[in-house]
Amino acid sequence: MEFKSKDFTDSRRVLKIRKLKVGLTGRPNAAPVLNEIDLDIRAGETHCLVGESGSGKSVTSLAVMGLLPKDALEIQGGLIDLEGVEITYAKPSVMRALRARRIAMIFQEPMTALNPVLRVGEQIEEVLNMHTDLSQAEAKKRTLDMMEQVHLPDVDRIYQAFPHQLSGGQRQRIMIAMALILDPDLLIADEPTTALDVTTQLQILRLIAEMQERHGTAVLFITHDMGVVAEIADTVSVMQKGRIVERAPIRDLLTNPQEDYTKKLLMAVPNLAPRAARAPATAKDVIIVKGLDMTYGGGGFLRRSEGVKAARDVNFTIKPGRTLGIVGESGSGKSTVARCIMRLIDPTAGKVSVAGTEIAQLSRRQLQPYRKHLQIVFQDPYRSLNPRWTVARSLCEGPINFGTSKEEAMDKAAELMELVDLPRDALDRYPHQFSGGQRQRIAIARAVAMKPDLLVADEAVSALDVSVQAQVLDLLDDIQDKFGVAMLFITHDLRVAAQICDEVLVMQKGLVVEHGPADEVLSNPRHDYTRTLIEAAPGRHWDFANFRAMERVPALKGATA
Amino acid sequence: MTEIPTSRHSAFQVLTGLFSLPAGARIGIGPMIAAVILLIIVLASVLAPLYVPYNPLSMDALSRLKPPSEAHWLGTDPYGRDTFSRVMTGGRVSLLIGVGAAVVSVAVGLMIGLVAGFFRAADGVIMRIMDSLMAIPAILLAIALVALNGPSLSSVIIAITVPEVPRVVRLVRSVVLSAREEPYVEAAIALGSSMPKILIQHLMPNTFAPLIVQGTYICASAILIEAILSFLGAGVSTEIPTWGNIMAEGRTYFQIKPGLIFWPGLMLSLCILAINLLGDTARDLLDPRMKKREG
Repeated sequence: MEFKSKDFTDSRRVLKIRKLKVGLTGRPNAAPVLNEIDLDIRAGETHCLVGESGSGKSVTSLAVMGLLPKDALEIQGGLIDLEGVEITYAKPSVMRALRARRIAMIFQEPMTALNPVLRVGEQIEEVLNMHTDLSQAEAKKRTLDMMEQVHLPDVDRIYQAFPHQLSGGQRQRIMIAMALILDPDLLIADEPTTALDVTTQLQILRLIAEMQERHGTAVLFITHDMGVVAEIADTVSVMQKGRIVERAPIRDLLTNPQEDYTKKLLMAVPNLAPRAARAPATAKDVIIVKGLDMTYGGGGFLRRSEGVKAARDVNFTIKPGRTLGIVGESGSGKSTVARCIMRLIDPTAGKVSVAGTEIAQLSRRQLQPYRKHLQIVFQDPYRSLNPRWTVARSLCEGPINFGTSKEEAMDKAAELMELVDLPRDALDRYPHQFSGGQRQRIAIARAVAMKPDLLVADEAVSALDVSVQAQVLDLLDDIQDKFGVAMLFITHDLRVAAQICDEVLVMQKGLVVEHGPADEVLSNPRHDYTRTLIEAAPGRHWDFANFRAMERVPALKGATA
Repeated sequence: MTEIPTSRHSAFQVLTGLFSLPAGARIGIGPMIAAVILLIIVLASVLAPLYVPYNPLSMDALSRLKPPSEAHWLGTDPYGRDTFSRVMTGGRVSLLIGVGAAVVSVAVGLMIGLVAGFFRAADGVIMRIMDSLMAIPAILLAIALVALNGPSLSSVIIAITVPEVPRVVRLVRSVVLSAREEPYVEAAIALGSSMPKILIQHLMPNTFAPLIVQGTYICASAILIEAILSFLGAGVSTEIPTWGNIMAEGRTYFQIKPGLIFWPGLMLSLCILAINLLGDTARDLLDPRMKKREG
């Protein structure tokens, strides 16, 4: 794999941070949030800050921007120096002038960073009106020119558009145009592609690299995704608990990491190599889905409206102990399929057979006895457990619904806690006392308590840090081995799908475009869309866990054919 | 992986957790004063029969319209009744109406709101009925009820409650509508929990915090509406003193004896101010955005 790394020692130093300490406001003796950070970024360099949630990446960027929330965090020592001028304790008025002109920032969620009631063109122009003396006409010309530079199509039309009329990728382009229009020396990008689909992510990463080349901007790029780091970084700083534990040029870091934490982080990164094929299961199918259709809206009182076809003619079966992955970008209908099967929504047409019974058209009351065969684990571990209930109560809810006595359910709950590697005495605690990964384990335990035949995991590891993600995937694998449960694994991340799935089903705009064994689909995709997805997977050429390039780069056999 | 914060929940934390109250939330001096004032008013009103010097209803033709003196601290009214005794006793019924209207409208509104929020089929019908109830002015309804049943405590409470119920229903419904989309509710459906169980155990607790806030506002406005109704002669019968009908009776003598309106008016204003201030404090404390700071 080719890395960007080049030598920056002769370049102008844009940002210098020395022994920066940030702590809780008014509590100098409390544990610091940032502990003596050193950082150098030179002109034209992309410096990636990588680390798990809570490691202090975003606090670093806010400190540089002078945007620390005053009543919570304050700088308690050290130095921030921008182009030779110290700005550590600069006044708000000074910082206001610096932002946009010298330092600019783009955020994770472009919808909330843009003002929803102003046209996007005007929002870019506002930056010029505030910081320059350009005339109205000149400002507009420069705005349109910048919009062209970030490759927005039909700039005259988009200039007039409101944020909600644009796609996520287009919005992020607007943000980039806004950030770069005054030609700042330093661009801070805080997880700018995390909320985007992989294909859009790739385009935005390329755009940032292109703009950087054109303007010679220094970029501080914050991300949790090692794949993205491998694509874009020149230099990488690995953060853990408010410290920078390792800093190295990208190639050195990936081939020869020094610190244990870095190694641990890299080993947890999933790659696109599919799991070793398991012997085909011989038992009867656990679930048979035939011609599943789901249309949202539609109907209408007098006139039939079209509605949105979220899923069309979806067919698959899963055998016990096997995992089927449904992969697709946002809006592809993958979650709709999961929800239809769980009967959280009612499919418009098609058949779903579970335990030999057709459940797609059963009424809620008739369905009740079949609920125990199907269980689901959701994406967001912070919302999938009732915050007012103890863990024990959550774990007992299902079994009690199906006639288990309270004492028996409690014994079972204690066993389940051990199964998911949590202490028994945590049963009487509340969800907010657990970390995200622990909550996801509890959610899995709650599903397993029902001894389901099919476990649906709807983006179940997407909200977790990579190391936690790897642990939860292992747990799911263990549970499958132990109980022979079939699994439907919904994810947007092909790399995760490769780790766990026997079969993969690729969806695009409600249609199944490809369906086959994981190995087949990933190494020899037949559909163009699958190929695009695979090629957009960040860092797909690198085998992070083994600190070397991938032996076999997937998905290229068919690419030239 | 098995590291978990070791803190245990005390009973207090469980209670505050129930209403999503952030631990150690700071309460300013204003709400403290409001709480003390309200406590004094409530105690003074409830305990009034034990300490007031005169029977609030006993008339004395010899001491009509007396100025404040040692015998009559706040003077007497046109019938020679002791104003101090009447104002203190009047608070009992005013507060009873306030609390009664709040409890009844919250309880009725909660039940209807839960059904409207959870069952889509019922939603349309219930909400249209609520819309039409909202169009009925409390004053007119009270006058109609008094005309039918004669002036009584229950007529007044019903008259105040009917227009308040739809507001509570709307509040509960909106909370239920957003809470039912939460994954933990969907998980409960997947676990085979019955609809009543989901409604009562998962959804209803979410409504408590906003209902407490709404309840305080209803309480304050009910006390005020009672005063207005009494003023118009559609309130509780004059045999039972309330702040409202004491003021109504004092109206005629306002020029020569302003204290007849001033003292009950002062109690009324202080009481409503204190309740509203506490309601605002409760709203700020129970606001989910405050909760996020903790996590």
